[in-house]
Amino acid sequence: MLLAFIRRRRGVVPLLLLAPALLWLAAFYVYPAFQMLQASLWSGTLETGFQFSWSNVATYPLALGRYADQFTRSLVYGAAATALCLGLAFPLAYFIAYRAERWRNLLLFIVVAPFFTSFLLRVIAWKTVLGDDGFILGPLKALGLLSSDFRILATPAAVIFGIAYNFLPFMILPIYVSLEKIDRRFVEAAKDLYASPWQAFRRITLPLAMPGVFAGSLLVFIPSIGDFVNAELLGSAQTKLIGNVIQSRFLVNNDYPVAAALSFMLMAGILAAVFVYARLLGTDELESGIG
Amino acid sequence: MLARIGRNALRLYTAFALLYLLLPIAIVALFSFNNPTGKTNYSWVGFTLTHWAHIFSIPGLGDAVIVSIQIAFISTLIATVLGTLAALALVRYEFRGRPATSLFIFLPLATPEIILGASLLTLFVAIGRPPFFPLNGFTILIAHISFNISYVIVTVRARISGFDRRLEEAAADLGANEWQTFWRVTFPLILPGILAAALLAFSLSIDDFVITNFTAGRTVTFPMFVWGAARIGVPPEVNAIGTSFFALSVIAVAVGTLVQRRRA
Repeated sequence: MLLAFIRRRRGVVPLLLLAPALLWLAAFYVYPAFQMLQASLWSGTLETGFQFSWSNVATYPLALGRYADQFTRSLVYGAAATALCLGLAFPLAYFIAYRAERWRNLLLFIVVAPFFTSFLLRVIAWKTVLGDDGFILGPLKALGLLSSDFRILATPAAVIFGIAYNFLPFMILPIYVSLEKIDRRFVEAAKDLYASPWQAFRRITLPLAMPGVFAGSLLVFIPSIGDFVNAELLGSAQTKLIGNVIQSRFLVNNDYPVAAALSFMLMAGILAAVFVYARLLGTDELESGIG
Repeated sequence: MLARIGRNALRLYTAFALLYLLLPIAIVALFSFNNPTGKTNYSWVGFTLTHWAHIFSIPGLGDAVIVSIQIAFISTLIATVLGTLAALALVRYEFRGRPATSLFIFLPLATPEIILGASLLTLFVAIGRPPFFPLNGFTILIAHISFNISYVIVTVRARISGFDRRLEEAAADLGANEWQTFWRVTFPLILPGILAAALLAFSLSIDDFVITNFTAGRTVTFPMFVWGAARIGVPPEVNAIGTSFFALSVIAVAVGTLVQRRRA
């Protein structure tokens, strides 16, 4: 009966295949977002129960005002980590795409290798490496090259380094993919027309690699501004990000309305950015970073 | 001359970037052999195999690992089935709204984990009764399936988009019906892509901390255990388990690559 129906209406096959996944995402991705919007307009506590009222929209300016510092810091650290990733990733992606030859697959494997180690353990490992008397600062201090109270841990630099480390592969892979796609005959043609290697890079390779750079920047920046783990483990009370606020408001204080309002503002900002990017670049460029 | 300096500089830079990527992994492994005197495991004291020999001697650690493996297994299974069906629809059929569907499926990947976790938490709190609240292993499972579906769709789709449709036409020419064609021709060909997606989903689930943190309640997974331990000092046994996971993943990827190569 069903099979006969499917055979008659071929158009329903993709719908049937998509339905389970889309329904799941509707129930546990889209609907929770609306639930969070609603929670941001709650008042009350977990014990006494929450009441919804539109008048609670005052929570938004209140939350934004109280946590403006953390919002700004998240944006600044996110931008700094993205810039750091770009600086680290571009030469590496260039090397893998054009100079690695038979080592290429091994190098690509090394790029994704951090994902096979526990995320939290990697962050904690940075705590060991950057420690005040760890094996980088310790010897430098012993030699007198650094003053004994110099520290990286618990500074913004440690948090930015940690965030950049976590998301570096998301920058390397899209840049590598767009470099690899470039037809090298364009570069040869430029050289035949007396371009120096630098000019050929500046005028041919770099512009053609821009989709990878844009995709990578977005894939690093978005998760960066939601970070709280690096700020918590590598930073101090002065490096708390909006993620730390959301995390503690939700899980320690049970202050759902404020936490939900902050999350919602963060999400709205990010979705706006993604839509602008998708309009400018198309979704395929973005997905190349993950696929 | 200048070109040679440039080339060597690039090589040096690459070596530096690779070191940056690998250093924390090496540290995690190295400190599983450390013999710390106090509770913290941040500075090197001496070499020992004790913590590998008694890997589950820390109370709660073994249970946490088992919970993580169970959740990873079930969430991988469900997300892989749902995701593969959706990926087939996106690659094999032209239909109205396909670009919009692609964008929609990409959105969870472009949402910070903290938002995914927080919004699921508000959903479960708003429902306010079992099995969703109080939070438990079931709510973690729902959360993990949710983020894994998109990863599976994107991975499977990338792997099957280069698929040669003429193989299916050949099967049809030889008298196979659609069902036979799918199971005898299509499925074996896309299986490596499905397995790669499942491997990715499993490793994302077993390592997830941020979303789990919001949906776990009192349930302790391996990353939740590490987070709890991080405040007082992570014991070397945790490093040993982390290193084992790393070694197993590397072996799984290596075996997968070899099998692929032999087939090709």
